[in-house]
Amino acid sequence: MSGARRAPLRRSVNVWRRLDAISRHAWPGMVMFLGLLVIGLPFGVPGQAALRPAYAMACVFFWSLYRPASLPAPVVAGTGLLLDLLGMSPMGMWAVLLLVLQGSTLAARRRLIPQSFLLTWLVFTAFAAGATALAWLLQSLLELNLLPPGPEAVVCLAAAGLYPALAAFFIRAHRGAAAAELA
Amino acid sequence: MIRLSVPFRQALSRLTLPVMLMLSLGTVLVGRADQGLADRLRDGLNDLLAPAYALMAGPVQAVEQGGGVLGHLLDLQGENEALRAENAKLLQWQAVAMALEAQNDALKSALKYVPPAAPDFFTADVVADLGGIYARSVLVMLPSASGVTPAKLVGAVAMDGRGVAGRVVEAGDRSARVLLITDLNSRIPVALGVQGRPALMTGTNGPEPALLYWAPGQPPQEGDMVLTSAAGGAFPPGLPVGVVHYDAQNDPVVLPLADLDALRLLRLFCYPSNEPELTTVHAVVHVTGLREREPAVKKKVVVIYVPAAKAAVPAQEGGH
Repeated sequence: MSGARRAPLRRSVNVWRRLDAISRHAWPGMVMFLGLLVIGLPFGVPGQAALRPAYAMACVFFWSLYRPASLPAPVVAGTGLLLDLLGMSPMGMWAVLLLVLQGSTLAARRRLIPQSFLLTWLVFTAFAAGATALAWLLQSLLELNLLPPGPEAVVCLAAAGLYPALAAFFIRAHRGAAAAELA
Repeated sequence: MIRLSVPFRQALSRLTLPVMLMLSLGTVLVGRADQGLADRLRDGLNDLLAPAYALMAGPVQAVEQGGGVLGHLLDLQGENEALRAENAKLLQWQAVAMALEAQNDALKSALKYVPPAAPDFFTADVVADLGGIYARSVLVMLPSASGVTPAKLVGAVAMDGRGVAGRVVEAGDRSARVLLITDLNSRIPVALGVQGRPALMTGTNGPEPALLYWAPGQPPQEGDMVLTSAAGGAFPPGLPVGVVHYDAQNDPVVLPLADLDALRLLRLFCYPSNEPELTTVHAVVHVTGLREREPAVKKKVVVIYVPAAKAAVPAQEGGH
């Protein structure tokens, strides 16, 4: 009799555990997606549009570095496409750039993980500079027009400035809400 | 869940990134080949997001209107003094404006002036600031009872309380995207000063649009009022845009009247496309009542211009 009672109880625990695991896996992607939408709200912050690619780059870099399984390439590509549709850049451009950023982060992962935060930050800034330079080049090529490089430099600076604050938030999530092994 | 063998799964995970990269590059090419595709996707996305944005923007605006944003709080006293001074000045201007309005009315009645048809307009909430770094635009949520079709809305002039903010470039059923006058792609024919000297205002992606192509020998004067001009038929004439200012490089720029960094409400004016499409119609008209000096001319072939919609009828009459 006791065995008959235990069976449904165990199953319900399993469902909750599975939901927990799914939510932990999806946390980085969902937070990245929602953050992009929130940055669209009219806060009246000058240069708000520059924050969106900066935020996406910081998210992709951090999660590819510390929890690559939670941010698969299709999610990154989808986020890049959303970024392009929201931000009026040529369609697919940020998808390519974010995937390139993810690829280079994954390639440098083994050497980067044991390093100090300061060095990681510097490497991220370098990656962001490369990505924004590519963004400027690609947009100039696609529009057949030499665009002013200033706004892209602002994006790069915003990314460098945003990273420590985001990292502090993400490190906490990495150990808590997004820790798939704790489910 | 599908169970895959470990080596297969590893190969799959190694392949996803390159495959997605190729797909994204393909998207770039497709977007380049079919420009309309991105616009259609954007329209769909905007329509999808606009209600959610309206929901989220509500609390943001409530906080702002109720307590003021942090920056305003810190400078409350200074702002108060500035507002008092401005209010006193504006009260003087109010008297001037009322006197001028009365004079204007009197002059108009003396001239038997027929005012142009008032355009349809409605007020729309700015729900999202969705510009990119090379694009200045805002997303507005259309009121449900606006009763305009998306096709009619494209091209509508968007103004905030003080001046022209931009034009509607994309419109869906629920939302519309307004391209601001500071956008890199914005080109607006304007009239400068009292004489209405023509020039072109071009967006520079910065806060102040530049002025180009003014008449030689008549450079824009500092402080000239900038109004829209009907040249090109894109804008109705006489809408306030801004004031001419010479920047540090001594180039004339326009200081927009509209508060483009903090747009909350926009009025969208759908001007009727009342500029008649002119077509030539050849018709024989009997000219009567000519003076004695031109007796030879009794019959004269003239070309009259009639609106395109009515062109069919006289053309048939002219045939027989």
